[in-house]
Amino acid sequence: MIQTLFGSLDEKEKPSFLERMKEAVTRTRESLSERIEEVVAFTKEIDRSTLDDLEAILIGADLGTTTTQEVLQKLREKADRKQIKDVAELKRLLKEELLQIISAAASRPLVKVDGTPEVILVVGVNGTGKTTTIGKLAQVFRSQGKTVLLCAADTFRAAAIDQLEIWGQRTGTEVIRTKPGGDPAAVLFDALQAATARHTDFVIVDTAGRLHTKANLMAELEKMRRAAQRIIPGAPHETLLVMDATTGQNGLQQARLFTQSAGVTGIALTKLDGTAKGGVVVAISRELGLPVRYVGVGEKLGDLLPFDARDFVDSLFE
Amino acid sequence: MAIKVADLGQTAKPAEPADKILTVMFENLQEKLQRAFKTLRGQAVLNEENIQEALREIRLALLEADVNFKVVKQLIDHIQERAVGQQVATALSPGEQVIKILRDELVETLGRDTAKLKFASQPPTVVLMAGLQGSGKTTTSGKLANWLKNGGHRPLLVSVDVYRPAAREQLKIVAQAIKSNLYEGEVTEANTATVERLVKEARREAVNTGSDVLIVDTAGRLHIDDQLMDEMQSLKRLLNPQEILFVADAMTGQDAVRSADEFHKKLTLTGVVLTKMDGDARGGAALSIRQVTGQPIKFIGVGEKYDALEPFHPDRIVSRILGMGDILSLIEKAESQMDKKKAQELANKALTGDGFSLEDFRDQLRQVKKMGSLQSLMGMLPSIGPFAGLQKHADKVDEGQINRVEAIINSMTNQERIHHEVINGSRRKRIARGSGTSVQEVNSLLRQYAQMRKMFKQMGKGNFARKLAGMKLPGM
Repeated sequence: MIQTLFGSLDEKEKPSFLERMKEAVTRTRESLSERIEEVVAFTKEIDRSTLDDLEAILIGADLGTTTTQEVLQKLREKADRKQIKDVAELKRLLKEELLQIISAAASRPLVKVDGTPEVILVVGVNGTGKTTTIGKLAQVFRSQGKTVLLCAADTFRAAAIDQLEIWGQRTGTEVIRTKPGGDPAAVLFDALQAATARHTDFVIVDTAGRLHTKANLMAELEKMRRAAQRIIPGAPHETLLVMDATTGQNGLQQARLFTQSAGVTGIALTKLDGTAKGGVVVAISRELGLPVRYVGVGEKLGDLLPFDARDFVDSLFE
Repeated sequence: MAIKVADLGQTAKPAEPADKILTVMFENLQEKLQRAFKTLRGQAVLNEENIQEALREIRLALLEADVNFKVVKQLIDHIQERAVGQQVATALSPGEQVIKILRDELVETLGRDTAKLKFASQPPTVVLMAGLQGSGKTTTSGKLANWLKNGGHRPLLVSVDVYRPAAREQLKIVAQAIKSNLYEGEVTEANTATVERLVKEARREAVNTGSDVLIVDTAGRLHIDDQLMDEMQSLKRLLNPQEILFVADAMTGQDAVRSADEFHKKLTLTGVVLTKMDGDARGGAALSIRQVTGQPIKFIGVGEKYDALEPFHPDRIVSRILGMGDILSLIEKAESQMDKKKAQELANKALTGDGFSLEDFRDQLRQVKKMGSLQSLMGMLPSIGPFAGLQKHADKVDEGQINRVEAIINSMTNQERIHHEVINGSRRKRIARGSGTSVQEVNSLLRQYAQMRKMFKQMGKGNFARKLAGMKLPGM
């Protein structure tokens, strides 16, 4: 069937295509770690179980099979060249590899006109911790002496507005709100006008949690973006996708679709104080080049930290 | 999505970007397994070597679906154990056979039946909701109350989440929306003492108001948070609940085993609710959680509305986890609807000489009809791979044609059906009138029937006999 399918394409012009195909097929013939085993079989210290362990670490941290395969493949190439002899060295190389993927994720420069508020749109699926993250983010800016306005555009979930209001009180930040069930774009409009008039430094916009598969809800985010642009050029300057560290491979699909509709520019990885590693962000960085900006490590005001790639990679192996 | 392989071969411009096709192919385990099993065709017995490639594909698919890697290893070992040594049945291809073993194994892991909620002999029944932050406990509490209400119960809701801002307010709004009773109580301090007082009051309220089910919504907590896990244990002691439901997000990855395991160790869960199943997560966490807790998944959350809670059917999620669409349903359908004994009888009859009558022919048609409309049957098959052509043809298969053939045979007398040679010109006219068809159609049916008989006779002489057990409709 493969031959039928790809025999029709011009093989001479696109040899890489067929090769990729074949490669992908043969790749699945071997277990992930079998493939690097042969490289290092000559050393006593590194045996099959070491490699199985490494694979288990990556898979167990939710990096997914594709990213794990690729990382192990690159490790193999490096190990080949450098004649790796001990486990510690192999592990160090593996960390390097992961670090490279995460660091390569581009940090987009903010295009902001001076004197206008910086608008941060916060999006994500249900229950990832958007509202809590916003409360903590407000605290970060407040502690830097900046002025912040919160916009309660989650008009759907019961008591979402009240929840943000409480975070507003805790951080000494005003919340622009409407009644439950109101138009999220309208309250965004109000918030941005207020922020412009007051020369507020930051506006953080809370949105209702939504599954990325719901087209109408994703279209609503597009509408909100358009509304924002009409008032403040270039807004939203940052769109944060809040992702729960316990999320598995579906996180990749979330990132893809939220980026498509909401123009995600960065990730806030929450609930890292549990036992989940949040490794799916490595897969996301690899495929979409989205950087992780913040990590959430608790429920208190100060529990939002800037992302540190090296710490993160180390934590995968703990 | 309809990718027509043949079309790609004929036209210079593919209907889909090639990369997309590549993605689709690799997303679909069914496709991969078909490839893996190509080598298996013609091999009578599954053995350790000839199923290795298939097992690897299954392993990758399960991992991609977020099934925990340790659970995957157990599953693969089991499947291998069960598969090796099995005869490849004539009715199924070897690929289908291993899929069937895999499906059976997964269904067995998840439990065969839909689990019911346990009720106390002496009301109120107490349902304690437990889970990590953001898994959907509050929404699920509301949905469960709604579901119970619709089932004729009188639920009472109480939220003891004194920690998350506005959490209790959220449940109050939910209760109003579904018109369920709620015990609000008062909270002055956010601590365990308050939580314990609240549940005691709520239980009293349930008794006083004649509520038969008390649903206790609790704060989300990490399984490694000793203080809050202690609080949960204390709630269990105070309430002695009939159900402790672990509410888990369907999108959870590898960590699902750890949190579920800890919650189970500390609380002895009685069931699981898997939420956010209306997304596109494969839901492999269902397998992981079931495996480590041994507790059934009782409900799934499938939307944001309060009626979007469904009892869990293990078999349905199995195909979802494997990403195989409806291929499993098709196998099941074929298995249950095709009366194998009858097919065997027919086959024997046909092969031992003149036994295959028009009556038998009609029986065979009816069996095919029982399996459902041809189009829907074809629609269940993947549109790529060996089945690609079939779907296109399905559009051309005239459902009405089968009905007309049946009508023609129905219009015959018993004698005519058993001894087709008595059907002369005037009988043909009568049959055509009776069935609302034309003499030409009756003629063509009789010709087809005669051909079939001849074919069967020839086959009966050879050693094709075995193969006929899973007989197919002529002309398909």
